[in-house]
Amino acid sequence: MKKTPSIDRRQFLKVVSVAGAGLAIGFYVSPKNFRDEVAGATPGIFAPNVWLRIDKSGSITVTVSKSEMGQGISTGLPMILAEELEADWTKIRFERADADTKYGSMGTGGSRSTRSLWNPLREAGAAAREMLISAAAQTWNVGRETCRAEVGGIVHVPSGRKLAFGELVEAASKLAVPENVPLKDPRDFHILGKRMHRLDTPEKIDGSAMFGIDVRVPGMLHAVVARPPIFGGSVKSVNATEAKAMPGVRHVVEISQGIAVVADSTWNAIQGRKALEIIWDEGPNANLSSAKIRSMLQEFSTRDGAVAEERGDVSLLGKAAKMIEAVYELPYLAHATMEPMNCTADVRNNRCEIWAPTQSADGARGAVAEAIGLSQDNVIVHVTYLGGGFGRRFESDFVVEAANISKAINAPVKVLWTRDDDMQHDWYRTTSLHHLIASANEKGELVAFKHKIIAPSINGQRWPQRVRGGLDHSAVEGAVELEYELPNSRIEYVMANTAIPVGWWRSVSASQNVFVVESFIDELASAAAIDPLEYRRQLLKKDSRMKNVLEIVAEKSAWGAPLPKGRYRGIACAPPAFFGSYIAHVAEISIEDNNVRVHRVVSAVDCGICVNPDSVEAQIESSIAFGITAALKGVITIEKGRVMQRNFDDYMLLTIDEMPKVEVHIVPSNLPVGGMGEPGLPPIAPAIANAVFAATGKRIRKLPIRLA
Amino acid sequence: MASMTLTINGKIHSVNVQQGTPLLWVLRDSLGLTGTKFGCGEGYCGCCTVIIDGDAVKSCGASVESAVGKKITTIEGLSRDRDHPVQRAWIEEEVPQCGYCQSGQILTAAALIARNPHPSDSDIDAAMDGVLCRCGTYHRIRRAIHHAADLKAGAK
Ligand code: FES
Ligand code: FES
Repeated sequence: MKKTPSIDRRQFLKVVSVAGAGLAIGFYVSPKNFRDEVAGATPGIFAPNVWLRIDKSGSITVTVSKSEMGQGISTGLPMILAEELEADWTKIRFERADADTKYGSMGTGGSRSTRSLWNPLREAGAAAREMLISAAAQTWNVGRETCRAEVGGIVHVPSGRKLAFGELVEAASKLAVPENVPLKDPRDFHILGKRMHRLDTPEKIDGSAMFGIDVRVPGMLHAVVARPPIFGGSVKSVNATEAKAMPGVRHVVEISQGIAVVADSTWNAIQGRKALEIIWDEGPNANLSSAKIRSMLQEFSTRDGAVAEERGDVSLLGKAAKMIEAVYELPYLAHATMEPMNCTADVRNNRCEIWAPTQSADGARGAVAEAIGLSQDNVIVHVTYLGGGFGRRFESDFVVEAANISKAINAPVKVLWTRDDDMQHDWYRTTSLHHLIASANEKGELVAFKHKIIAPSINGQRWPQRVRGGLDHSAVEGAVELEYELPNSRIEYVMANTAIPVGWWRSVSASQNVFVVESFIDELASAAAIDPLEYRRQLLKKDSRMKNVLEIVAEKSAWGAPLPKGRYRGIACAPPAFFGSYIAHVAEISIEDNNVRVHRVVSAVDCGICVNPDSVEAQIESSIAFGITAALKGVITIEKGRVMQRNFDDYMLLTIDEMPKVEVHIVPSNLPVGGMGEPGLPPIAPAIANAVFAATGKRIRKLPIRLA
Repeated sequence: MASMTLTINGKIHSVNVQQGTPLLWVLRDSLGLTGTKFGCGEGYCGCCTVIIDGDAVKSCGASVESAVGKKITTIEGLSRDRDHPVQRAWIEEEVPQCGYCQSGQILTAAALIARNPHPSDSDIDAAMDGVLCRCGTYHRIRRAIHHAADLKAGAK
């Protein structure tokens, strides 16, 4: 699989990413595209492309086309542009884009935002810089080679004269947008790589940040929806008499997703919903349960899988001195974003306006247009702040639902999902079962390795045409393209679909596969009586970036040095194949009353050029918290075709007293930028599980970890 | 419907709502004070925290009647210019990620340091335990509360 598609710079070219789990992310937008549309369109504003505007006061507005869900993209993307522009950082503000094809794909996922916009934003900033230089040279009537851009202005080097960007707006607007502009040498970066304060923090500490749930539009009503509790169920009959008589209730309407209760306030809508009497048609899945799904996966495990990757001769498996076999399993998980799903829609007079906390502004626009029968030109999608995304908000179900309700009542409406709604109508991280076999020679050296993954397929359940020959590439991420040099190996996948909706969950299948591979590698190390770090070293290429990261994490965590009594360490790493960054963690744990406590995590990452070290650290801290929650707590269970968990009392999240100290070490690098939203997550569960093995001799092959 | 008077952020507001409506929804829907968030509606997450007479209170579980006659502070009223020591520390330590839980975190922290000017790590854990953050900003919250305590002490 190819990770860096070559790009024809002269075209507006679509690059379909395989790595984003089949998501089409990463269009190339040339800085000269759309120039006619915007350059000089507004007097007094210099807007050479869709990504920036400079006004006469010198204030620079950078358009952010990716959703801000906490990852810091509203700061990172402007930093990239500001660097090439030679902007004064204090003059930079950002503006979120409405859904529009002119930005290329707006989908925010797969840790791809920075990677996909790195070139377009650099070129956009550089083109503007060159135009400002030309404008200044013209104004002074000097050669442009005697001028250069410097902290928000252009300097005439021989005379030391300076004009601020704001003073050049008018002259620059009259110029043609240049092509093939020179880009800066990374060694000259002075914004990129600096620890910058996030541009969105001030709004997030005084209550002014506008999340989806905070949208208020004139005449807006509030709705909640009663959805079939059983997957695949539907409404058989409804008696809404009592609900309609409840205070503040204005409408009860049936939509394809269920029964919507619309009221003058959220609380009245919630109370109204309680008064509904609905008889559900239970549909075909009323007997589905976690136990049944588990036995189906077990049954499927005897089948031959589709081969995802093969190296050498795996028949050598049976011919070596020692065989090691293990079975691993992982549960369904919910996203549980802190802000539950919600959306505000106004569908009237053949026009639709949406305010949504979505990771996929353009996807939502298309889905809504199709669902309510409008052309996309008549659908406006405004993106708010997202109170967490983690892949849940890549879906458009909550947006389409709001549009349906607004259309049915012919009024603007905000639809809120209560926590139960959110927890029980998610697109879950899949469950999975893994069979592993490896063999080693007398010296303990690995001879052959086989990993069979048996799991539901996101693509197979939802877009079957994306699955060829039984192989869903997204289901094997983290199990293939390893950095380890496995001599003879085969990775297989058996698709085992169920009626439980599945979707993209932070790091997707790598959240399972890396846990399994890194735990099993530890098993092999232990079978060979070799230190787990040393064992990994031996499987990695000398001088490789993966090995370097491993060495750093070992050194910074003092791997091998004695620990206080009762403390144990575990190590794990993850390859860059899907997110573009190399990462390794060492977790330090103790066990009290059969409960695992993670005290400290030391992490080393090589993400190529580091845009904002503070954001890289924050994403690793965040991924670790998310991953510990999954390792120690997370499980969604199914009984009678429905999800049993409903709120934070039975789907528990990590709390502050359970959060370890996290120490992040970033490898300095000028190599191409890597993704950071997800890569920190996959290796944390195996680092913890491997530490549990060090503590107890008990191998953890099932998550969440239960010692009792 | 009942008409009630609430004192919020030093201002008097009259509201006309169903009896028993949680304070959370009165703040958000009736008064447009949307800085106070809904996360679970059942007291588990702390997103909805406000300060009532000095105590951090989960407003999803407090009826509007119970707040009558008391002094309510929401995130919008914590300071004039984001200059409360907790807010300053939050910026300096770059705490928020998605930001959704942060009103609850900040108000709970503000109530803590008002009472306990130099909280220890375990005081912090005990006070902040009921405010969940799915983005995992806990690490920085702890650091920022110590920092806020120092800022507050320095300001005296
Ligand atoms: S919304 Fe009040 S505690 Fe969760
Ligand atoms: S910052 Fe996102 S939930 Fe706390």
